[in-house]
Amino acid sequence: MTELFSRDNLLFLLAGLRLTLVISLVSILLSLLFGTVLAVLKNYRVPVLGRISAVYIDIFRNTPLLLWILAIRFLVPIPALASGILSMTLFTTAMMAEIVRGGLNSVDPGTVEAAQSQGFTAFQTLIYIVLPQTFRNIVPALLSQVITLIKDSSFLWAVAIEEFSGKAFILMGKYTTPVQIFSLFGLVALTYFVIDFVISLFVRKRENKRPA
Amino acid sequence: MALFQDFQPFGLGFLNTIRMTLLAVALALALGVVFGVMSTAQNGVLRGISRVYVELIQNTPLLIQIFFLYNGLPYLGIVLSVFPIGVLGVGIYHGAYIAEVVKTGILSTPSGQFEAGRSQGFTHVQIMRYIVIPQAVRVILPPLTNQIVNLIKNTSIVAMIAGGDLMYQANSWASSTLNYGPAYAVTGVLYFILCFPLARLAQRMENRIKSSRGGRPADRKAGEAA
Repeated sequence: MTELFSRDNLLFLLAGLRLTLVISLVSILLSLLFGTVLAVLKNYRVPVLGRISAVYIDIFRNTPLLLWILAIRFLVPIPALASGILSMTLFTTAMMAEIVRGGLNSVDPGTVEAAQSQGFTAFQTLIYIVLPQTFRNIVPALLSQVITLIKDSSFLWAVAIEEFSGKAFILMGKYTTPVQIFSLFGLVALTYFVIDFVISLFVRKRENKRPA
Repeated sequence: MALFQDFQPFGLGFLNTIRMTLLAVALALALGVVFGVMSTAQNGVLRGISRVYVELIQNTPLLIQIFFLYNGLPYLGIVLSVFPIGVLGVGIYHGAYIAEVVKTGILSTPSGQFEAGRSQGFTHVQIMRYIVIPQAVRVILPPLTNQIVNLIKNTSIVAMIAGGDLMYQANSWASSTLNYGPAYAVTGVLYFILCFPLARLAQRMENRIKSSRGGRPADRKAGEAA
């Protein structure tokens, strides 16, 4: 037992956890950025680009993440980590776009009219009036997506990216007793649980605060 | 071209994915209804059990759960083959999400209606049957349909334990023939054929609720995640 939770093994797992968090953070920020652009294009029916956004969103929302992870790894000649982040980002962008669209629709039209009557251009209205309200409204849905992303980054083990779960599976291959294997499963599940559960508490708190 | 001569593995995988989906949906629905109803119970123990199930499953990766069934259970002397592992793993995972959907649906009925029903002499079962369930179903159906789309997509994870599903068949065909592009394109189209009609249906039902109520899309969250 002492051997299983040795310093080396813990550092090994920690490196995986760090990679999971880095991949998740980069992917979430990129997909929030791209998702917002797609949402605006689709929601306000911008000619051509709006159609393209809608098609993009439909394609990625109706095909599995694992398919994109594999396809991009084998078809796009970039390093493994970059391909992992790219596939997570492309996929999550479509999810984010729909979340942001929900937020855009929840903005009170009166505030838009008020801005326009004050001489704001459409772009200024979007940046200063609509988007700030949108982002405030979508915090719970956005955090739910963060939870999903952290969990689903484990699929990257399919292309041998050694994120947290991958590191754990490698260690499991080196041990043989049930106690060792279950300890590893327990440790990994508990770590994911703590991270995701804490985020989910924020989601719940924000949702309860919203006026019904 | 080679792909059309070798369509058999794709057809086989496609059928396996559909079979796995149907069984997993049945399991997820059963678990979702039971735990969803439990989470609205008066009894604190029942509510607690339901909460533990939902939180434990929703906050850990599906991959860990599937690998536990595949690599962990054999240490307890329980060896399942990959197909039941897929059904169990994906079914239990989405059952937790469906439980939340069901709970939201039940709680969407204002408590005044329970009291009104009772004052009219309805029994508890009658209140559920004639007042709560008809309204809850309308609220539940769109996010539930979205959950089924997510479930279909997540059955692809069993490819990582050589599950014989569409993703697995496509991937092994691609790596043995080196025809990655066409293999993934066909796979994407097949998943899309399964998911897109359901996603559209969910959208249409959601729009109908929104326009009939003129209200806000209150129940988006439950269907959105995962």
